[in-house]
Amino acid sequence: MSHISSKGLYYTIFATLIVLTGVTVVIARMDLGALNTPVALAIAGFKATLVILFFMGVKYNTPLTKVVAASGFLWLIILFGITMGDYLTRGWIGFPGR
Amino acid sequence: MENSNAPHQPHHPALQHHFFNMGQQLEASVLGMWVFLVTEVMFFGGLFMAYILYRSLYPDAWLAGSQELNEVLGGLNTVVLICSSLTMALAVRAAQVGAWMGQVVNLILTIIFGTIFLVVKYFEYAAKFEHHLVPGPHFDPARDPAQQLYFSLYFMMTGIHALHMVVGIVLMLIILRMAWKGRFSAEYYGPVEISGLYWHFVDIVWIFLFPLLYLIGKHY
Repeated sequence: MSHISSKGLYYTIFATLIVLTGVTVVIARMDLGALNTPVALAIAGFKATLVILFFMGVKYNTPLTKVVAASGFLWLIILFGITMGDYLTRGWIGFPGR
Repeated sequence: MENSNAPHQPHHPALQHHFFNMGQQLEASVLGMWVFLVTEVMFFGGLFMAYILYRSLYPDAWLAGSQELNEVLGGLNTVVLICSSLTMALAVRAAQVGAWMGQVVNLILTIIFGTIFLVVKYFEYAAKFEHHLVPGPHFDPARDPAQQLYFSLYFMMTGIHALHMVVGIVLMLIILRMAWKGRFSAEYYGPVEISGLYWHFVDIVWIFLFPLLYLIGKHY
């Protein structure tokens, strides 16, 4: 909580985020087939994790704050998972009248 | 409680009397801010949900729509926001070590970067209006109507993100005023810290919006 990160750490995170932004742009120009979006999301997820852990300092927060921060993303996965689980499986079982 | 028998003990003027000490007060503020940010995650989550669903239903409209976005301006804004997150983190650090100059300079830089972002966004939006890419009666009739779904989500997601940027800039102006008056110190920097959390959150949303809106049709 009262942890003070070094300026060097912040500059390192900043440089990593800029490099990864460049990597995202370059990779988007390559044809990876179905993998383009997953790779872009993996890089974005990694960048977001860096921001959350170091810029937002969650790494140095109390366990309770960590759990609350993580819960938002857990609920997000539930939202995406269940909604798409519904939509993507709607055509699986045929029934008369439809 | 035990504390009530010592109401006049000297303590930091910013300590609210329902907290035992400054550390507990800061922990409570940070936790509360995170609870709010979780609601923000769910709020943007609904828009991302709509994005995932409609992209899965109309993949071609998404690729064609994405090709109309200016990747250079989007990339520039990504860099600008990452710069603002750095200056924000440095402003919080300056408050933690009690450096007046560091707070003021970094907060001003954060506000400037935030403003640059919005100016770039203005030019992007203006171009979309000019090219008849705004959903509605003036949408380019030569285009697949399904692309209006893409552009609706583009305007809604980036628009609400931009609204958050405006709120963030107003927040930073308030924090700058407090920092200018020397209100923050190693003992008391909660307001800078939690405003910073909000600012970084808005940056994180953009980190996802940039590849998902600007870059998906670039490999053709």
